[in-house]
Amino acid sequence: MNPLAAILIRDMRIAIRVGGGALMGVLFFLVVVTLVPFAVGPDLALLKRIGPAILWLAALLASLLALDRLFTADHEDGSLDLILMGRAPLELVVAMKGIAHWLTTGLPLIIAAPLIGLFLNLDPPAEAALALTLLVGTPALTFIGMIGAAIAVTLRRGGLLLAVIVLPLTVPVLIFGVAAANAAVVGPVPFGTPFTILCALTLASIVVGPFAAAAALRQEME
Amino acid sequence: METMNHAGFIVASYAAATIVVVALIAWVMLDFRAQRRNLAELEARGVTRRSVPSQGGRTMEQAREDA
Amino acid sequence: MPVTDLANPTRFLALANRLIPWLGALTLIVFAYGIDRAMLAPDDYQQGATVKIMFLHVPSAWLGMLGWGVMTVAALGTLVWRHPLADVAAKAAAPIGAAFTLLCLVTGSLWGRPEWGTYWVWDARLTSELILLLLYLGVIAVWRTVEDPSRAARAVAVLTLVGAVDLPIIKFSVDWWNTLHQGSSVFRLGGSTIDPSILMPLFVMAIAFTLLFVTLQLAAMRNEILRRRVRTLRLMQASAVS
Repeated sequence: MNPLAAILIRDMRIAIRVGGGALMGVLFFLVVVTLVPFAVGPDLALLKRIGPAILWLAALLASLLALDRLFTADHEDGSLDLILMGRAPLELVVAMKGIAHWLTTGLPLIIAAPLIGLFLNLDPPAEAALALTLLVGTPALTFIGMIGAAIAVTLRRGGLLLAVIVLPLTVPVLIFGVAAANAAVVGPVPFGTPFTILCALTLASIVVGPFAAAAALRQEME
Repeated sequence: METMNHAGFIVASYAAATIVVVALIAWVMLDFRAQRRNLAELEARGVTRRSVPSQGGRTMEQAREDA
Repeated sequence: MPVTDLANPTRFLALANRLIPWLGALTLIVFAYGIDRAMLAPDDYQQGATVKIMFLHVPSAWLGMLGWGVMTVAALGTLVWRHPLADVAAKAAAPIGAAFTLLCLVTGSLWGRPEWGTYWVWDARLTSELILLLLYLGVIAVWRTVEDPSRAARAVAVLTLVGAVDLPIIKFSVDWWNTLHQGSSVFRLGGSTIDPSILMPLFVMAIAFTLLFVTLQLAAMRNEILRRRVRTLRLMQASAVS
């Protein structure tokens, strides 16, 4: 079997199994959204206004949680060394891991978001716009995040460092994701403007992420 | 309050209940079959609980191992 | 057969194998009767036919709390008496209780839309029920994450006992806070405020749902015992090879 396909399937299997982050991300997403009314009060009109922003923030944090495991687990059991010594280009292997991460972490979030949007009193148009922006934006979160994950791979308690590195890099995605989700409901900016920029950010990150992460891995593992 | 357009919500509720109940029953039944299949497979390979010689009565620990 | 013999998993399996088919059949019969009564029940003078959602919503709520109650007793069994079946009972009850808590939230939401005009509101009753669902999901996450079932059982037991504080909060939330959710109308001092023609089908459905819970619980416990046997055998097999 093609080694890249093998990596993809292996990573997905691990994520779904015991201790995997597949549904843990969605649970965290739900918990964070539940916390918000305790903090800002239960006023439904307010929640509807800030709803898309809350959901985007929660999705960002949930994606971040799962990034920790992207490379550290492999590093701890030695598979990362094998991957580095293998013949498949590291950039492609890393890209495959990123795809597996998005399929098991990002995709469940996108499916859960409209349901959880009900808790924040979102209307169907807002829900649809939000889901679409998440669909396009969560891959960017994964592929930008993997850069930080690669940098922090050799650190045992690298979780917080990872967050500190990654979160600033994801700010543009957050800005345009929320802008697009709000534009569909509030206007005056048409939905297309921030949305196409979001698409561009994702496409760029899909290219830059694996290269930067591979370079960082090579540095760290020497 | 008109009861006409409320019928959709009532139907949806009973549908949701049916789905949840059916899913629970399916989970329990499929899991049962899977475990019995696993046990049959292990037995076919000759791995049984008696393969480890027991020193007499079973302690709480051994009873918990059984479980 | 004394109750203490149930502590032996093999005896429990024998009992479960005998009981489950009968309980299942009984559950079906009571459900058939309950749904028949529920469909024939009169409409509420205020809510109309949507009151029929209550026949699902209220029993689901009770079962969600019953599930956590079972887990709480099991937690004591694990921590205090080290009862071998306590872990099994706790693990079996979690997904069942979680499913009914979810059903309670969904049916409540579908009832709330025509009644209050909104699918959700952050009042004390709804919020504490949602917290219960999150607690369930957290417990299930621990069961799935920790490899060794005995260690998982102890962690879950502590979590369960702490989480049990949510149960009285749910029950009394409508009294302690100003909620959109209606106040207690079934179990309250001074008797129920619901008309018997609606109360009776409610009780039948509650009994049907409870029988379903017991059936599912026994079946899930049986599965869990078998699963642990498989695990033990596989570990034995692995250590025999090495």
